[in-house]
Amino acid sequence: MSTRLATGGRLIDRTKPLDFSFDGRAMRGYAGDTLAAALLANNQMLIGRSFKYHRPRGILASGVEEPNAMVALGQGARIEPDQRTTTTELFAGASAASQNAWPSLDFDIGALNNLAYRFLPAGFYYKTFMFPRFAWKHLFEPVVRQSAGMGPVPKQPDPDRYEQAYDFTDVLVAGGGVAGLAAALAAASAGQRVLVLEQTAHWGGRAPVDGIEIDGKPADAWVAEIVASLGAMPNVTLRNRTMVAGVYDHGYVVAQEAVADHLPGTDLPRHRLWRIRAGRVIAATGAIERPLAFAANDTPGVMLASAVRDYVVNWAVSPGDRTVVVTNNDDAYRTALTLLDAGLVVPAILDARASVTGELPAMARARGIRVLEGRGIAKVKGGKRVKAVQVCVQAGEGAVLETIACDCVAMSGGFSPVVHLYSQPGGKLQWDGANGMFTPDPARAPTGADGAAFVACAGAAAGALQAAACLADAHSAGGGKAKAAPKAAAPVEAPMHPVWMMPQGAPVALRFKMLLDYQNDVKVSDVQLAAREGYESVEHAKRYTTLGMASDQGKMSNINGLAILSDALGQPIPATGTTTFRPPYTPISFGAVAGEARGEIFAPLRRTPMHAWHEAQGAHWEPVGLWRRPYCYPRAGETHAQAVNREVANTRNNVGLLDASTLGKILVKGPDAGRFLDMIYTGVMSTLPVGKCRYGLTCNENGFLIDDGVVARLSDDSWLCHTTSGGADSIHAHMENWLQCEWWDWKVYSANLTEQFAQVAIVGPNARKLLEKLGGMDVSREALPFMTFAEGTLAGIPSRVFRISFSGELSYEVAVPTSQGMAFWNACLEAGTELGLMPYGTEAIHVLRAEKGFIIVGDETDGTVIPQDLGLGWAISKKKPDYIGKRAQERSHMTNPERWRLVGLETLDGSVLPDGVLAPAPGVNANGQRNTQGRVTSTYFSPTLGRGIAMGLVHRGPERMGEVLDFIADGKTIKARICDQVFFDKDGEKQNA
Amino acid sequence: MLTLTCPYCGVAAEETELAPGGEAHLTRFGPGSSDDDFEAYLFSRSNPKGVHFERWRHAYGCGKWFLAARCTVTLEVFGTYPAQCFAPPPELIAAIKAKRPEWKGFQ
Repeated sequence: MSTRLATGGRLIDRTKPLDFSFDGRAMRGYAGDTLAAALLANNQMLIGRSFKYHRPRGILASGVEEPNAMVALGQGARIEPDQRTTTTELFAGASAASQNAWPSLDFDIGALNNLAYRFLPAGFYYKTFMFPRFAWKHLFEPVVRQSAGMGPVPKQPDPDRYEQAYDFTDVLVAGGGVAGLAAALAAASAGQRVLVLEQTAHWGGRAPVDGIEIDGKPADAWVAEIVASLGAMPNVTLRNRTMVAGVYDHGYVVAQEAVADHLPGTDLPRHRLWRIRAGRVIAATGAIERPLAFAANDTPGVMLASAVRDYVVNWAVSPGDRTVVVTNNDDAYRTALTLLDAGLVVPAILDARASVTGELPAMARARGIRVLEGRGIAKVKGGKRVKAVQVCVQAGEGAVLETIACDCVAMSGGFSPVVHLYSQPGGKLQWDGANGMFTPDPARAPTGADGAAFVACAGAAAGALQAAACLADAHSAGGGKAKAAPKAAAPVEAPMHPVWMMPQGAPVALRFKMLLDYQNDVKVSDVQLAAREGYESVEHAKRYTTLGMASDQGKMSNINGLAILSDALGQPIPATGTTTFRPPYTPISFGAVAGEARGEIFAPLRRTPMHAWHEAQGAHWEPVGLWRRPYCYPRAGETHAQAVNREVANTRNNVGLLDASTLGKILVKGPDAGRFLDMIYTGVMSTLPVGKCRYGLTCNENGFLIDDGVVARLSDDSWLCHTTSGGADSIHAHMENWLQCEWWDWKVYSANLTEQFAQVAIVGPNARKLLEKLGGMDVSREALPFMTFAEGTLAGIPSRVFRISFSGELSYEVAVPTSQGMAFWNACLEAGTELGLMPYGTEAIHVLRAEKGFIIVGDETDGTVIPQDLGLGWAISKKKPDYIGKRAQERSHMTNPERWRLVGLETLDGSVLPDGVLAPAPGVNANGQRNTQGRVTSTYFSPTLGRGIAMGLVHRGPERMGEVLDFIADGKTIKARICDQVFFDKDGEKQNA
Repeated sequence: MLTLTCPYCGVAAEETELAPGGEAHLTRFGPGSSDDDFEAYLFSRSNPKGVHFERWRHAYGCGKWFLAARCTVTLEVFGTYPAQCFAPPPELIAAIKAKRPEWKGFQ
């Protein structure tokens, strides 16, 4: 059994017991425990069931590499699946639940899959669920969904708070083990700004557990001293519980700080996402121990040797009473010695190496431990817990020599340097055959903006696994001189011997039970099958078998997996290569990625000066870019449709008031402004007289219509260009692009004045009367005819009054300084009471303009429409030698008479056509789809006409007036006649009044 | 995520402050040009593996367009310079040549 030892535990505080629960059972641990340590202390080795075969799974590791021991943590809105027990700091009241087990962890029906493992090989899903096609949706997928997946997801919004922060540093050290601290001290001593990020709560990594001495002191004491010196340096920041998730181009680094995971109930943000710019990154990220591939190596109780040692030393937890150590290297002997020190039994060390000679094995032998050379494990006996191991010759085929009773197996297949942060931004690796590991190739490091390497691994991450070399390497990576490097003392380790399968000649029956990727249930036999089926590229084999694709991203399994693949393909390991290392190093929360960008502050809200008034009126909002515009102003008991009809009718019959402040307003000024605008617009703006307005179309160089609006000439050298509400920023950018990059010698300035003016449209037969009541300007037909403007004062407010119309009504658009927008709006409301004034919203604008056949960019255009398609040839100059888009509009496809062109559409029964519906044409296209001959671009109920009206783009449309087309909507056919797109006041008598 | 120094305001700008504008030093073809020239102007881009000249706008900074010489493989930035020119500055070309002797030069 596993239990708490009576003494020891460098990280726990026995005076602070903490109560928690696992699958509803009350348990107790200590402050400083990880959840995994506390579970083991309560003899809970079985944590969950595996993903595919539902095999019993226990705790394998003691850190981020843990693939098995994941739980659903928390309850209700705070429940979070797939939390690694090995990195979760225990807190009072923690509630953990096992995953993948139904109806219970001890008795799981899905474990039947385990009996059928021969029929669930790699690619099973691909092969099985292909045919018949209907079965996937109705039979296979529902069953797979039920049995797959890891933990539960919360159903409520996340109640916690998250934030993001920025930092800048000369040197970022990832990892606060002895290597990271040594590198940081060297860099900081040279005066550089240093940021040290450590993923756990503790400094010093595993050196204190391994009993290393540094500069004559125990590692713990050395670490405390260095942390204190670094903490006292003004140019150093130390941040623990902060995991470097990714290193990106030019020294951009993302890290997640677990601020309050261990302090639930406080008002601290739970996670903080750091976005850091580092001049240089030192990845002192250590190395991860590899498992050995022997049969039933996933039985609960089989653990990494280093993890067994961690549990004993850090948390005073004995994983088992009798532990068999199986290894191919000297490091695992430390575990045997540690277990003996704790008074536990080590019946034998099985060493795959034929001859074992190192210092550490000598120490083990001296203490009476049986060391069996050239031996391995044929198979682990036991179901939910290890009961015994069967010993075999490593060089053989698994014939059992003896069976040793035990309840824990400490395995070590060697170490893999954590090269993730080096590889993510493009660093290349080299294969170290002697030590069976990939190490960073310093000649091919990731390079930054200056072309120099900006990421270096240090210490164990660089392949310097033994303490003395590790510290020397890290000190040098930090820029320190060799003489000043800290000196470590530790027994010298003899060379390891790579072992990829145990025993070497294992028959298929054993290979079926050798787990490589524990989390995704990928076995040696699966990778070999993938190779036989032609998945020779490591990236293909990965996806076919799912090796390394689980939430642990194969931290323990990838090297073993590609060694098996290389063997199956008969090629050396470096020829197979690794899969791509991608961020994040360990999963980060969606909360941290979102940060504070949720709810109201997800995006900034732009408000017109009259925004608060609209809100107080209960306006129904329509988002327009970052603006909110009133869609309509519903009155009590009114539907939105009824409100729109009322607003349209009142505007046609009395007078309407519209907040048009969102309209883009770009001032273009300078001696060459006219010449420039002649390039920006399809029409001629340079000849526009001062005081007059002209409608303009803006195209891109491809000829497509991108914006429209009214241009007013303010003075000899300045024009005010109105754009659509959504187009203000992009059209201003478009102008600047051409001004700065093509015609930079032209003397022109542009300025986006959109927010400098409030704009109010006063629209309808009583509009002139309203302006006359406001008083201060002559707005008569003679003084201010259609398409002119005047400047003056209305109601005591400086105003620029444009006589323009987007509704077909007598209409004025009045621009006033933003600060006086609300005052002007109120003045209009007051003066308009007796004239039947009502405000109207964006939907009424749309109906009013559609009745007049006016286009809207984004409705009638979709990025493939040229002005000529819309019957706007009148706004295109035939005389100008050039404008942006002119050459493109001369291309053969653009001048083709077969293009779809704009027409009006009226249904035969007066109904409203659904938006966007298509009119089919005879035959099919090259893809076997029905041909089409037109589509609806705008469609409304017209309260003025009492029936549906629409516009659409139709093949050769204007040549087919009177023809009836069939439109298909939801399988029903709607007949509509092609007609003139101007449905109301064709001669423009009202707007010219 | 790149950092590029804006040659106008001198700020070492984060990529989030910048808007990309595609290949630099294109020659505009307008009315009267051949179909082939116009098509190439609109659609043909060199897309090199290695030294590349491109347009960037300091969109969330000073608003100016500038040009950058960059290696598309290693992301090394050889230099940035104002957009108001027809070819990269000779000293920049020389500096790139010195670093990348195999580079064919600005064409």
